[in-house]
Amino acid sequence: MMTRPKGKERFIYLFLVFSGYATLTILCVIMGYIFLKGIGHVSLDFLTQSPRKMGAEGGIFPVIVGTLYFVALTVLIAAPIGVGAAIYLNEYTREGTITKIIRFGTELLAGIPSIIFGLFGYAFFVVLLGDFTQGWSLLSGALTATCMVLPTIVRTSEEALKSVPRALREASLALGATKWQTIYKIVLPTGLPGILTGIILGIGRAIGETAALLLTLGGSLLLPQSIFHGTRTLSMHLYMVAMETGNMDAAFATGVILIIIVLLINFTANYLIKKLINRNSTAAIRR
Amino acid sequence: MPDNNNIKVFAEKLNLYYGHTQALKDINICIKEKEITALIGPSGCGKSTFLRTLNRMNDLIPFVTTAGTLLIDNQDINKPDVDVVALRKKVGMVFQSPNPFPMSIFENVAYGPKIHGIKDKDELSYLVLKSLKEAALWDEVKDQLNKSALSLSGGQQQRLCIARVLAVEPEILLMDEPTSALDPISTLRIEELLQELKKQFTIVIVTHNMQQAARVSHVTGFFLTGELLEYDLTENIFTKPQHKKTEDYITGRFG
Amino acid sequence: MLNKKKLNKRLVLPKAAEAIIRPILFTSALTAVFVIVLIAFFIFQKGWPVISSYGLWNMLSGTVWQPTKEIYGILPMLTGTFYITLIALLIGIPFGLATAIYLSEIAPPRTAGIIRPAIELLAAIPSVIYGLFGIVVINTFMRYLQRGLLSGILPPDYQLGYSVLSGGIVLAIMILPTIINIAEDSLKAVPRAYKEAALALGSTHIQTIFRVLIPAAKSGIVSAIVLAMGRSIGETMALIMVIGNVTALPQHGLLSVFAPSSSLTATIALEMGYAGPQHQAALFAVGIVLFCIIALLNSFVIAFTRRGGQQQL
Repeated sequence: MMTRPKGKERFIYLFLVFSGYATLTILCVIMGYIFLKGIGHVSLDFLTQSPRKMGAEGGIFPVIVGTLYFVALTVLIAAPIGVGAAIYLNEYTREGTITKIIRFGTELLAGIPSIIFGLFGYAFFVVLLGDFTQGWSLLSGALTATCMVLPTIVRTSEEALKSVPRALREASLALGATKWQTIYKIVLPTGLPGILTGIILGIGRAIGETAALLLTLGGSLLLPQSIFHGTRTLSMHLYMVAMETGNMDAAFATGVILIIIVLLINFTANYLIKKLINRNSTAAIRR
Repeated sequence: MPDNNNIKVFAEKLNLYYGHTQALKDINICIKEKEITALIGPSGCGKSTFLRTLNRMNDLIPFVTTAGTLLIDNQDINKPDVDVVALRKKVGMVFQSPNPFPMSIFENVAYGPKIHGIKDKDELSYLVLKSLKEAALWDEVKDQLNKSALSLSGGQQQRLCIARVLAVEPEILLMDEPTSALDPISTLRIEELLQELKKQFTIVIVTHNMQQAARVSHVTGFFLTGELLEYDLTENIFTKPQHKKTEDYITGRFG
Repeated sequence: MLNKKKLNKRLVLPKAAEAIIRPILFTSALTAVFVIVLIAFFIFQKGWPVISSYGLWNMLSGTVWQPTKEIYGILPMLTGTFYITLIALLIGIPFGLATAIYLSEIAPPRTAGIIRPAIELLAAIPSVIYGLFGIVVINTFMRYLQRGLLSGILPPDYQLGYSVLSGGIVLAIMILPTIINIAEDSLKAVPRAYKEAALALGSTHIQTIFRVLIPAAKSGIVSAIVLAMGRSIGETMALIMVIGNVTALPQHGLLSVFAPSSSLTATIALEMGYAGPQHQAALFAVGIVLFCIIALLNSFVIAFTRRGGQQQL
């Protein structure tokens, strides 16, 4: 590697090494702390019972169900649009003014703060389309979240499609397949792990989201009956319990569940990326 | 040049441009049915480009324009109303390095027939069997049709790719340096295979390997900087070439 | 085997599919652009009346925010956002860059293989978790500091734990992954030859890093910083939870880092819940300011990296 530096350089060297380990330590401290404080309050009852007193007591069952519905609905709307956009950009067009505009828009969208999405979702989905979405509802929340996770899905899927070797496309076309047959039967299956990674990262973002959902999803603690009812996600619940009821134990316990979900999501995404790389043995895909 | 009977491919003043760069200059060629035609020449001479005009694979590259006449079975394939899909079904292509799909051996061969609308299981199985036998691969893979195609050796993969093309029942086979990524033994097997296949198909093969061209083909074309410099019976090309540059190339003085 | 008529019939379906698929995919691809336009339209439509009647300058320079009395000065939130972002960058940049350098230049592959996933996780943790950690750990620590060591010099309302500094620290952690990932990518993209040339001239490894690698990776590092800035200006939940949300201009010079504060984002998120129509319009006006700042920063990054020849952000 490198020889040990001397004098002033030794100090800089140590700072670089220290920083590397500090990042690791911060992660461990935050996750460990939430875990230790919260794990004691996680029980079967906590997971399967309804909340009482605004969530200060009781369980989080409706919140878990609400989160699942919300994520499922978001993926259902966002995945086809996002993957479709990636296919268009990568397979159906050449780089030009239109793709530049689309890429610029996608990148810009990725940087918009969630509270702006919240304002937009409130004005558009909750108020203007209120007759259709029933105001604060799973549908309004999922539509808002779709706008937020779209860039993640588009970018990751595009990387995945790019990693599919050109030779496979040519082989298929040379056999007389149409463009769509080639994409549907060869390109998409080969790039699938990468596309799934994009969707999973999108799920991660949707689950972690709070600010935009406060303005669009409602926040009801009742079990949602349809996509036109409001609900709240785990992240929203954590915030509301911590800030409005002051019951930190319930907040930490919810935090533990959230962290477990985030860990699962990350491991799955990493596993799929490895699979994609092994399969196509091309350049690594990184976020 | 060959007489006018059973002409499969006919090109007259065929020109091709990548943007402003001319890649093919006034190509005139006449390829007869059920013969093997070898195209040789140094890298970048246009032989692969010419090959790819025959199944319109150059369409995939931006800013390619063609001019001139290119007839297959007396039909101009560069006309806008030509059905490219049907053309590519008729004109199969085998690529430089083996490119099997990441699926099972069976699925690879069945892919072509399936996209052309064959759903019947028995019909598919029959086509797979027939194609694998024609590609001289059947005996090696008959017990492992469900294994991934990627588990085969390079030479087997290339024969699988040939079988995959045969399964769509083409009339012309284009081969773009099909053995350049293979070991000598696999190369030999494919050359033997070509002798079998020429009984049924018109074959055009691009190769860097002069001995290969001499071994397998009836007719050889020598390309240089986008021009078809010399085109004659293989034995004439290799024994009494008309051009100094052809002689230099086949005797290995450049290229 | 197959007669031609049969085949042609079979080919009709894929061709019809081909014709409708292209417009569908094109529409999907345009969605992102469409959403951006819609966002801008709705934020401006709702918020612009307030800005035009109240006056942009009055709003930006006004020190009092009392929306119920139709006083819409957002200077306190602007300064809050500014100070918190500044602190976050002051802490986050050195540590982030140092970690990026460590990972790309020094760390043995196995150590890097542990730290990189950790950074990914850090990026994936929801803001509310950072917020929760912030209230319980960082604010508690801040309270000890304010009421112990600094009790003599701080006014009582600066001794609550909720503070600009807490917000800055929490955000510094949250922007680390952004800085590290982008900076590491751009350091790695520096051609090996540069490094070898410098080492061959007898520079030490540290000299090579600071005189050759960092200058060569400059454009990536600048984007990393600007993106991190955008992220901290836009962060909402973690801030709401730790900064106290007091819309008052800090009065005590440098000690103001211990003052409870507010931010553009936090004000919108908190007050939208109960605001009346006029108040909502004012919050949308705050949204316009926020949207413009972020759009400017991001456009800068996109244009900057394009010019630098880098594709991916």
